[in-house]
Amino acid sequence: MKTKRKIEPYLYLLPALVLLLLFRFIPILMSFAISFFDFGITNIGKFIGFGHYSRLFADKEFWQSMGNTLWLVLIAVPASIILPLIFAQLLNQVERLKGFFRTIYFMPYVTSLVAVSIVWKIIFSEQAGLANTFLGWLGMKPQLWLAEPQGILPLFLENIGITAPQWMDGWLGGPSLALFSIIIMTVWKGLGYNTIIYLAGLQNISKVYYEAADIDGAGKLRQFFKITVPLISPTTFYVLLMTTIVSFQTFAQIYMMTDKGGPLGTTKLIVYYIYEKGFDKMDMGYASAAAIILFIVILGLTMLQRRLEKTVNY
Amino acid sequence: MKNPIASTLTYIFLIIFGAVMVVPFIWMLSTSLMTQGEFNKNDSIFIPKEEYHVWKDGNVERRVILVQSKDGKAVIHVLDSEGQISKDFEEYLEVPDNQVEMVRKKPSFHFENFINAFKKVPFATYFANTLYVSFFTLIGVLISSVLAAYAFARLEFKGKDLLFYLFLSMMMVPEPIYIISSYIMLDKFNWLDTYNALIIPWCVNIFTIFLFRQHFKSLPQELFDAASIDGCSTFGMLTRVVLPLSKGVMATAAVFSVIGSWNSFMWPLVMTDRPELRVLQVGLSYFNQEASTQTTLLMAASTFSIVPILIIFFLAQKQIIASYAKAGLKD
Repeated sequence: MKTKRKIEPYLYLLPALVLLLLFRFIPILMSFAISFFDFGITNIGKFIGFGHYSRLFADKEFWQSMGNTLWLVLIAVPASIILPLIFAQLLNQVERLKGFFRTIYFMPYVTSLVAVSIVWKIIFSEQAGLANTFLGWLGMKPQLWLAEPQGILPLFLENIGITAPQWMDGWLGGPSLALFSIIIMTVWKGLGYNTIIYLAGLQNISKVYYEAADIDGAGKLRQFFKITVPLISPTTFYVLLMTTIVSFQTFAQIYMMTDKGGPLGTTKLIVYYIYEKGFDKMDMGYASAAAIILFIVILGLTMLQRRLEKTVNY
Repeated sequence: MKNPIASTLTYIFLIIFGAVMVVPFIWMLSTSLMTQGEFNKNDSIFIPKEEYHVWKDGNVERRVILVQSKDGKAVIHVLDSEGQISKDFEEYLEVPDNQVEMVRKKPSFHFENFINAFKKVPFATYFANTLYVSFFTLIGVLISSVLAAYAFARLEFKGKDLLFYLFLSMMMVPEPIYIISSYIMLDKFNWLDTYNALIIPWCVNIFTIFLFRQHFKSLPQELFDAASIDGCSTFGMLTRVVLPLSKGVMATAAVFSVIGSWNSFMWPLVMTDRPELRVLQVGLSYFNQEASTQTTLLMAASTFSIVPILIIFFLAQKQIIASYAKAGLKD
């Protein structure tokens, strides 16, 4: 009877645990191992140590993918925090139609990335796309969108009639308009989720703070920055962490909306790079090394955010 | 909010934001109901309309293509009932141009885009595959999650916290990190290009374990004490006490699981090759490559693949949004 008691809880865990070990834990360990081996088509070759890693660090395409991914994260993550916070705040102040707006905002989040990628690819199409029609209504020049390899900063300067300085030619010119189009779509897709999370967080802030601020004569804007922003910071850290992890994994948009990360590789993101090396070129050891680098980057950022959260906690 | 100006402004912003979120869907739907020519002309945004010329030949009206209209003469192609150039007339027919008139129809919906998309691609098979994979993944997820969550929430055992953190940390590891090694592993199992590869690795869902655990923890201890006095076993408590009180959370977990399976893409793209095994998302990606210029058909296919999920979402939107919000709040 006693031994049965001791074993029983583990029996409940068994199905989930076996699946988790077999299909998550072991593959993650295997990724590390594979990255040190030469790999033919699913057949393990000889041990080459850090060979893949040194090849990776010398690969311009790898650095370009990393740079592109960094741009996406640097733009998409702040946008996916600031906009949802503002809209959650607005939504929290109204009574009528609140449920309706919430539903509308959440719609993109539940729909498939593949299908909405098709829709956005056509929105950004040069000929009859909605994006250019919209620019036309505003009296602006049509753009190439997904086919435009030029950085958004020089492109912007050019459009207002200023010659872009030399230093904007490289990475400092910002993401290409093609990548920026992907960023717009990616932010659109995730906004609803973050808005809902913020809305739930806002509802947990006691009204007492605002009432006290009202008595002290603090304006609404001041209340937002002095009360809402600090008190919502645990939610912000959660949103920051999840959005960063998800942004690093961007894949379907690139696969669906671009021609293999083009134009000129400006939309090639790190996961697409891994996919291409691993499953197009079947260079699986090399692709695993890239995956491990991505893993380390994400792990590092996660730990950094945890640190930051502890020091900033109100 | 008492200030009417501030209140109006708030609503204006909310409506603009709402429009940005919805317009792509409306545009998808309207484009899916246009003809390709109409889309390319780009003058009937949002409301599909149709423009064509007719030739009034006595009492008979025939649809035509107007090639040229000059000096009171019109050069036309006469079309047959299928929209092809009719063989019963000369290819270039010259008629007085007052017999040719422009007809505008608005709105005009071309539902045949859906039929044509279906003719090109076996979407029914893809749909069935997606349903099959979603259903069996759901069964697996429910069984493994309920059991594990029950142990984590209500049972005491050694290493409980450690195991729970192991589960949670696995949740944070992104799929692209282990997709290559999983491919190699499934190859060794001979599971590539089988339903097993699409279902079994996804029968554990850490998120639903988390969801069930929260719910099981919230059930009152008195219920378990009473059941225990009645001589109910641990497993009996799960089936007779816990599960009858978990219908709501079961539905939520089911929706999460189905939405996840329905929308997953990279995994099925990599793990299957045979066309008969394609799920909807993978099928859609192939169609995207094959029919890249047939905008209206692509939009019809996208609409078709989005609608089932949107129906589930609208039916249960309150619960879905509430549970996403709850899951986002850390305990």
